[in-house]
Amino acid sequence: MAFNYDNYLRLEKMPTLWCWGCGDGVILKAFIRAINKMGVDQNDVCVVSGIGCSGRFSSYVDFNTIHTTHGRTVAYATGVKLARPDKLVVCVAGDGDALAIGGNHTIHGCRRNIDITMIIINNFIYGLTNSQTSPTTPQGMWTVSQKAGNIDPTFDTCELAIASGASFVARETMLDPKKLEKVLIKAMEHKGFSMMEVLSNCHINLGRKNKMASAMENLEWIDKITISKKKYDALSEEEQLNLFPTGVLKEDTEAREYCDMYKDIQDAHQGKRGKITQDDFKKKI
Amino acid sequence: MATREIISTGNQLAAIAAVDAGCKFFGGYPITPSSEVMHEISDLLPAVGGTCIQMEDEIAGICATIGAAMAGDRALTATSGPGVSLKAEQLGLAQMAEVPLVLVNVMRGGPSTGLPTRVSQGDILQSKNPSHGDYKSITFCAGSLAECYTEVVRAFNVADRFMQPVIVLLDETIGHMHGKAMLPTLEEVQAGIVPRKRFDGPAEEYFPYLCEADEPAVLNPMFEGYRYHFTGLHHDKNGFPTEEIETCRKLIQRLEDKVALHEDEVESYEEFMMDDADFMIIAYGSVSLAAKEAIRHLRADGIKAGLFRPITIWPSPAKKIKEYTDKIEKVLVVELNIGQFHSEVERASSRLDIDGLFKVNGRPISPYEIVNKVKEIL
Repeated sequence: MAFNYDNYLRLEKMPTLWCWGCGDGVILKAFIRAINKMGVDQNDVCVVSGIGCSGRFSSYVDFNTIHTTHGRTVAYATGVKLARPDKLVVCVAGDGDALAIGGNHTIHGCRRNIDITMIIINNFIYGLTNSQTSPTTPQGMWTVSQKAGNIDPTFDTCELAIASGASFVARETMLDPKKLEKVLIKAMEHKGFSMMEVLSNCHINLGRKNKMASAMENLEWIDKITISKKKYDALSEEEQLNLFPTGVLKEDTEAREYCDMYKDIQDAHQGKRGKITQDDFKKKI
Repeated sequence: MATREIISTGNQLAAIAAVDAGCKFFGGYPITPSSEVMHEISDLLPAVGGTCIQMEDEIAGICATIGAAMAGDRALTATSGPGVSLKAEQLGLAQMAEVPLVLVNVMRGGPSTGLPTRVSQGDILQSKNPSHGDYKSITFCAGSLAECYTEVVRAFNVADRFMQPVIVLLDETIGHMHGKAMLPTLEEVQAGIVPRKRFDGPAEEYFPYLCEADEPAVLNPMFEGYRYHFTGLHHDKNGFPTEEIETCRKLIQRLEDKVALHEDEVESYEEFMMDDADFMIIAYGSVSLAAKEAIRHLRADGIKAGLFRPITIWPSPAKKIKEYTDKIEKVLVVELNIGQFHSEVERASSRLDIDGLFKVNGRPISPYEIVNKVKEIL
């Protein structure tokens, strides 16, 4: 029997304002199926989104939802999670939201390793506001703010997350929703900060001016630039240059989670343990 | 009324007050001259099962605070003027989504980095409209060590009553002042806690933003079975974004009217030797201490001066100011800025002959400067 999404959707908000053929809906459905498979009660989930097309994600799903200001999802989510550490807190942000205006919060969320899952829907462009350069827009592509071609070097979301200390980092595309669902479950079940980058299409505001004006052309491009981590690792550096590895790129189950560590502070102040010292940590410098 | 005596600083008392008022969360970022609020509360909160987190920047500090408040906690952030500038957009979201929180601003010289370690009262107008758009700010200003405590306690109750941020202004002098404060007992403070309203009926009958035209939203804590939506966009009764003309108009009008039509509930001021006064000094914060000293000297010289001290700065006690300025000819506003509250006194009194004594060099105003100014006017 086909999966029934109705219980998880705010049906009165349908149809979404996303363009026809947009990948956001595919990702939203994979997210809902993942939550369903995990068996988490809707009341125990908080979805925090930012500004942009992905910002509307939170208003479509029937959980506790917060549509924050531009770039601040992780900062709001950190307050929610610390106040209620037993709840599932998920951020949904776009590439501009999470990596440009909100880059600092993304980095520090990773560093703290707080138990939040961050889904970054990367469509390589500012879609909602009509094609401005984002931190992931490939160099040489047309944007409305760089019509002669984008010269800005790009961020690799997952490399950034790994370097910043996220204990779970994965990349998938909206081309394989079943795989995406599986990895999303892993990300959300992981204790610690999990970064889930999902490559998606914006044929309207990236594709039209970059020779992939249909959803299919844009998706073919995403297919062309991605390769499974296993295959990626076997390639030479030169061959790797134009590809994004997909799958789970980092999974560290040893790293301590922030709310857990904060419990040590509470215990220390309540006389349940001594002060926290360098002996409590692997790294001692 | 039972009292207790505490020897402390203004900043520390603000932190103690928050915890006594049931605050469970602090999100902040270090900034002079307010950092001691975070230093103190970082010890107090974990001891009572709460959380204090130093975030990566000022913006994140208030974001986390709002997040915790959305989850249902009483939550505090503290900063100084530059921090309020950075937090302004989030204060706007908290006004729009009606999330209660308390922000303590320990004022230093501005604009920009200004005079970080020196006193100022330059954030009076900033606290009225920190964010873009229309809403009605509530701001208190502590004029003594004891008020650093009592005004923070009051701010938490008022934030929950009106479902919006409440700013408590301390100036650097008050924040760093060290001395004895007579405080209400913990029992009395706890007995006075009025938590935010909540809806207990069935979830399908819950509309958080469906309320009377002059009432705040009723926002249940998250995770308790009442799923709804927070947004900074114009929104409908469920919190969902909308551009429907009447809904948008009503929402913004309600944000104004929920405070404007209930100003008496937040009005607070002190009258010092005003009974027979024919010269009114208006001052607030640390300046009011110098003004009281000045008034004692003036009275010794036969000049019947009195002090009107607004404690609630926004909305200002405009009616009371008008009442006084209608009958007292000589009025002097003394403040550590170039007339920010002076302009409000002009507005409230409908008079343009209000005198001012202003100082913006980071130094306090002495009683003698006030005495001399009063004698010059007379």
